[in-house]
Amino acid sequence: MAATKSSFSRNISSTPLVQNPSLKQGSNGTVFVSSGIPDLDKILGGGFPLGSIVMVMEDAEAPHHMLLLRNFMSQGLVHNQPLFYASPSREPRAFLGTLPSPISSKDNKGLDSDSEQEKGLRIAWQYKKYFGEHQQNFENHKGNKQEYCNDFDLRKPLERQLLSKQRIDCVSTQDSPNLTHFRDRCSTFLAQLRRNDDGVACVGRIAIQSFCAPQCGYSDMEWEVLSFIRSLKSMIQSSNAVAIITFPPSVLSPSFSKRWQHLADTLLSVKAIPDEDKELAKLLTGYQDMIGLLHVHKVARINTQVPVILEATTYSIKLQKRKSLVLERLNQAPVDGSSGSSYAKSASCSGSSKGGSLDF
Amino acid sequence: MDRSSNLNLLDEAFGFENQARVSPRVLLIEDCVETSGAFVLHHLIKRALSLDGSGVLLFVALAQPFSHYERILRKLMYNIGGNSKSVEQNVIHSYSMVYRVGGFTFSYPLASELLMVLDVHWSGCNLVTQRDNNRLFFLDMLKLVCPDGDEKHNIEGGLVELYGKIQKTVEVSALSEDSRNCITIMIDDISLMEVAANGSSNHVLDFLHYCYTLTSELGGSLVTLNHEDIYSSTLGPTPILHMEYIADIIIKAEPLATGLATDVHGQLTVVNKGIIVEHGSPRNRIRNFHFKVKENGIEYFYPGSQT
Repeated sequence: MAATKSSFSRNISSTPLVQNPSLKQGSNGTVFVSSGIPDLDKILGGGFPLGSIVMVMEDAEAPHHMLLLRNFMSQGLVHNQPLFYASPSREPRAFLGTLPSPISSKDNKGLDSDSEQEKGLRIAWQYKKYFGEHQQNFENHKGNKQEYCNDFDLRKPLERQLLSKQRIDCVSTQDSPNLTHFRDRCSTFLAQLRRNDDGVACVGRIAIQSFCAPQCGYSDMEWEVLSFIRSLKSMIQSSNAVAIITFPPSVLSPSFSKRWQHLADTLLSVKAIPDEDKELAKLLTGYQDMIGLLHVHKVARINTQVPVILEATTYSIKLQKRKSLVLERLNQAPVDGSSGSSYAKSASCSGSSKGGSLDF
Repeated sequence: MDRSSNLNLLDEAFGFENQARVSPRVLLIEDCVETSGAFVLHHLIKRALSLDGSGVLLFVALAQPFSHYERILRKLMYNIGGNSKSVEQNVIHSYSMVYRVGGFTFSYPLASELLMVLDVHWSGCNLVTQRDNNRLFFLDMLKLVCPDGDEKHNIEGGLVELYGKIQKTVEVSALSEDSRNCITIMIDDISLMEVAANGSSNHVLDFLHYCYTLTSELGGSLVTLNHEDIYSSTLGPTPILHMEYIADIIIKAEPLATGLATDVHGQLTVVNKGIIVEHGSPRNRIRNFHFKVKENGIEYFYPGSQT
């Protein structure tokens, strides 16, 4: 995915600089943590790099950003990582009860065998879907004790004991009057995660939900909020942590929204798709299963100047078996429902259009 | 791309081929969310530090920590000649391997010999070495927040303090070495300085004017990076217009209309205000070309000319 791969790039697997299974060694001295969504990790080339800020632009019509947040937080808790969560609700701790639980490997096998059953019939125009399959299966079999990235069952809440096992800081952004207090909370949280030379011992996750939304205490302090994000970024850069901030761009002025986007290392946006859009349903396959769209605007570029060019930037968010979150590239549907007749139909189409042009 | 003289389209557009020494100028790099223009800055860091061993660079970093630039510059430096590939990985991590450079394979003794020869070039842009040699002054301003108190004049105070630091450094280096030193001040980036100044762009502009005066007195140059798309929605005189006015060269990094591609990472528009054409009248010269960013350098080419 990276634009250039030199012919003698170092074999990373031979030097396991990172023993912790919850971390992954990336290129250019970066270390990845998982986003909690296996597909998103794959798209971003490994996950979210430590010391980066991830921003998710919300859609006012649908709470899809919550899916990303939940998986991100759950994954951290499963890996025993301290968590800092801020939200504009009165009782942020209540949100922890909605975090999804990882699917145990037993369930996973069932999932795999299902996909094997599907293997029998493949349709050529969807072949891209099956590219990463081998690799994925391999990863599933390999990681028995602790996996880098779990699949999460959105219907099952996370076990209570995981919530009490490690440090979780919750802050409500609604009632805190100014940002200095909030900043202090963040810096005390990050103080324990200072980066030092002898490897990565402990990794923290910061999740800030709907920052600068109208119900936030400081939605009218645009410059102060920017300054806060900037100082958060500089704190994160020197510690072993990742911050994910979701914000509604529509409530910010365009100029400020751009400033926010520039501050992000990784920039994503989520979009709802309208329920009964006949036009779109005709264009895309699997439209009924889609719950939204994820757009990748920017991929973190730490210690490098080379931009990451993705094969696709828009992915559909789907719920597999109503429980686990998958991201798929958009597949254009054939002109007609059954592929057999679509040839005939397209042929007749071009024929008729020719005829039409003659008529005119 | 003219590889023999180590000039590329970007250098040509800057007018670097005309004079060995860089005349006093102000460069402004503009970019947007989709296409980062930071690579131009890295290119200019490399240039400023490898300029006959006499250039002094003062870098005001508001966006990234030192390690980020250091790492990038280390990789950029391995671009000796045109087609060498990035050998960084080998140099740092494995001395026991067989070395392959530019398609040739040779063994460790030969490679280490080669490394020693090449080291002369490489140390030229190792930022740590340069910092120790007092050729690079790196001001880490990641945590710069000017209005710590509540009073208005604190914003000014913070920037005045920063300027004081810059002035002192510049004067010290101008005194200590011979006068052929050419000083470059780089600021990455202005939009973050505005955030640090709590949105008071007037103070930031004042600051820039001070820096501009300082560099033009000493015959140095001022390089700044800003994001164009931030101001695109605001009407009236925006800070970027002021900056464009004082700039001699404006470099704009934009994505292609069709989006990013693996072979073309975007396009650069370089407006050089100071080039004199044959008839003796100064004229703006605009160049537009595509680029592809790599670890060890950037490829520039005119649309359609890439083989």
